[in-house]
Amino acid sequence: MRTQAMAFRPWLLLPLLLIVVIGAGAARAVHAALQIEITSGVRDPIPIAIVPFAPASPTDGGLDVAGVVQHDLEGSGRFKALPRARMPATPTRAEAITAADWKAAGSDYVVAGRLASLDSGTLAVDFDLVNTLTGVRLATQRFTGPPGALRNAAHRVSDAIYQKILGVRGAFATRIAYVAVDGAPPAQHYQLMVADADGENPHLILDSRFPIMSPAWSPDGQWLAYVSFESKLSGVYVQLVRTGERRLVSARAGINGAPAWSPDGKKLALTLGGSNGNPDIYVLDLATQNLTRITDDPAIDTEPEWAPDGRSLYFTSDRAGSPQIYQVSASGGGHPRRITFEGNYNARPRVSADGTELAMVTLDGTNYRIAVQDLSSGAVRVLTHGRLDESPSFAPNGATLLYSQREGARGSLATVSVDGLTGARLKAQQGEICEPAWGPFGT
Amino acid sequence: MAQQWCTRSLVTLLLVAAALAAGGCGSKPPKPAPSTAPTEVNRGAESEGANAANAAGGALGSQEEVGGPQAGLLASRIVYFDFDSAVIKGEGVDVVAAHAKYLAANPQARVRLEGNTDERGSREYNIGLGDRRAQSVRRAMLLQGVSEGQITTVSYGEERPADPGHDEAAWAKNRRVEIVYLTPAGQPAPAPKP
Repeated sequence: MRTQAMAFRPWLLLPLLLIVVIGAGAARAVHAALQIEITSGVRDPIPIAIVPFAPASPTDGGLDVAGVVQHDLEGSGRFKALPRARMPATPTRAEAITAADWKAAGSDYVVAGRLASLDSGTLAVDFDLVNTLTGVRLATQRFTGPPGALRNAAHRVSDAIYQKILGVRGAFATRIAYVAVDGAPPAQHYQLMVADADGENPHLILDSRFPIMSPAWSPDGQWLAYVSFESKLSGVYVQLVRTGERRLVSARAGINGAPAWSPDGKKLALTLGGSNGNPDIYVLDLATQNLTRITDDPAIDTEPEWAPDGRSLYFTSDRAGSPQIYQVSASGGGHPRRITFEGNYNARPRVSADGTELAMVTLDGTNYRIAVQDLSSGAVRVLTHGRLDESPSFAPNGATLLYSQREGARGSLATVSVDGLTGARLKAQQGEICEPAWGPFGT
Repeated sequence: MAQQWCTRSLVTLLLVAAALAAGGCGSKPPKPAPSTAPTEVNRGAESEGANAANAAGGALGSQEEVGGPQAGLLASRIVYFDFDSAVIKGEGVDVVAAHAKYLAANPQARVRLEGNTDERGSREYNIGLGDRRAQSVRRAMLLQGVSEGQITTVSYGEERPADPGHDEAAWAKNRRVEIVYLTPAGQPAPAPKP
């Protein structure tokens, strides 16, 4: 016997607030960057030489663009870069590359590039990618932009090289969000951070003495939705990353949790618990504030995730006794279909951008690990080897998962490729980091 | 082919440089400088941010904490649970009964029940499990004569461990509901601390 317990408070649905933070540029970088460390790579990484780019002093601020590209490509676990000391020459354009010399040095590919200051005060980054076996120039590309965004341009060079050689768009020029937790109980300190995908350029988004959870990127990469307990109760907020402007979108009795943006960016799927404690999935239309109930079951229904076509939601439910993943129509009224059947703990679904694979937290023996299920065949493969791995998040290219792990007493972030072959770790210099969310491709 | 990269910012690089200069690469990161990011801590009462916090608690009454009763079992404020269970057990039964009796006899008194879990498993699912524990205590109190308006629940899941350890001893201390007394109904909340 169930009662319709949820007492909605429509007045709380009003655009409760708009905080306009004085001064654009929003959060400041006050944190040291995360340190990336490769933990596993493919057996035969592709040998590549990334020659130092010709600088454009002083506009380039001394940034070693080739160094950033090398760090990106090696960090993927798919490439091995030729040390600079062993380079036979220092060409900065394709015409100056003698392919045979580089082949002899053991590189299958050479990247040569240069920076130039343009009249408009912007910088141009040009690069050429040459196959040393054939001598063929595979790519020539230019990126332009303000000097302050040079690091981002370097990541775009990495993206282009990755795509040219591996056939998959790179996800280096993207950002991640995560929560940093510092201090011991009962004086913990929580910070929501955004950084480049390589951990550089960390920005503070929200600082609180109470927990911050479940950051989720809007599809355009401009907004973050998250859960904050700053009022001592839960609230779901959406915040413009660039300016810090934010809105409280749900602060109902009981749980307000697990926000997920619809693919069109117009709605948020949420978990709402109500004062009588019955977590179910709802969809909130951000413009009209209309709320649609999606599930109605006395079990815990939570962690909604949109299918890429926006028509259905995946979610976690323990309606069958243990947490498993289900799929249900996103328009409401549908009957959920169970998706996971292996093992007795599968939670926190995340779907790849092409909709073919489902990542989740699975209980593997006595360890919580990240697994991926092929949504057409149902085949499951466990990708990680930790004890408390959680919060998987797909890179926008679907090639890599970012997740949180615990080694000893420290929580850190890690990546694993969906084929399980490569992995890396992102560590903070102090405190713990958790709850990573990989942002979308930039535009 | 020319592409425009996004227009963030020299400012960012300069701030990173400043942060590195202040903290030193590889050394302890500097204390967060006053930031333009919304900050739970630094919001003044005059800012809209403070209103946001109040709005979240507002509909459910002030969430300002008070010491509450301390006599006998009432000094115990924590109810512990077994793994994957929301069943109140052992001494917890007596602790809940003592608080229920006090609340029923003092209808102005109000509590917030904070559900918590250990760190194992998925975070938002653990919010659901912590909520189940808070609801278990709430239902026991309602059955013992406490009225609905006296109780607010929240689940912090695994986000606020009482013990930072990562073994069964720590986990046992973290699977809990904390009973927190709030400003009684009808009384103004105390002025926020500076």
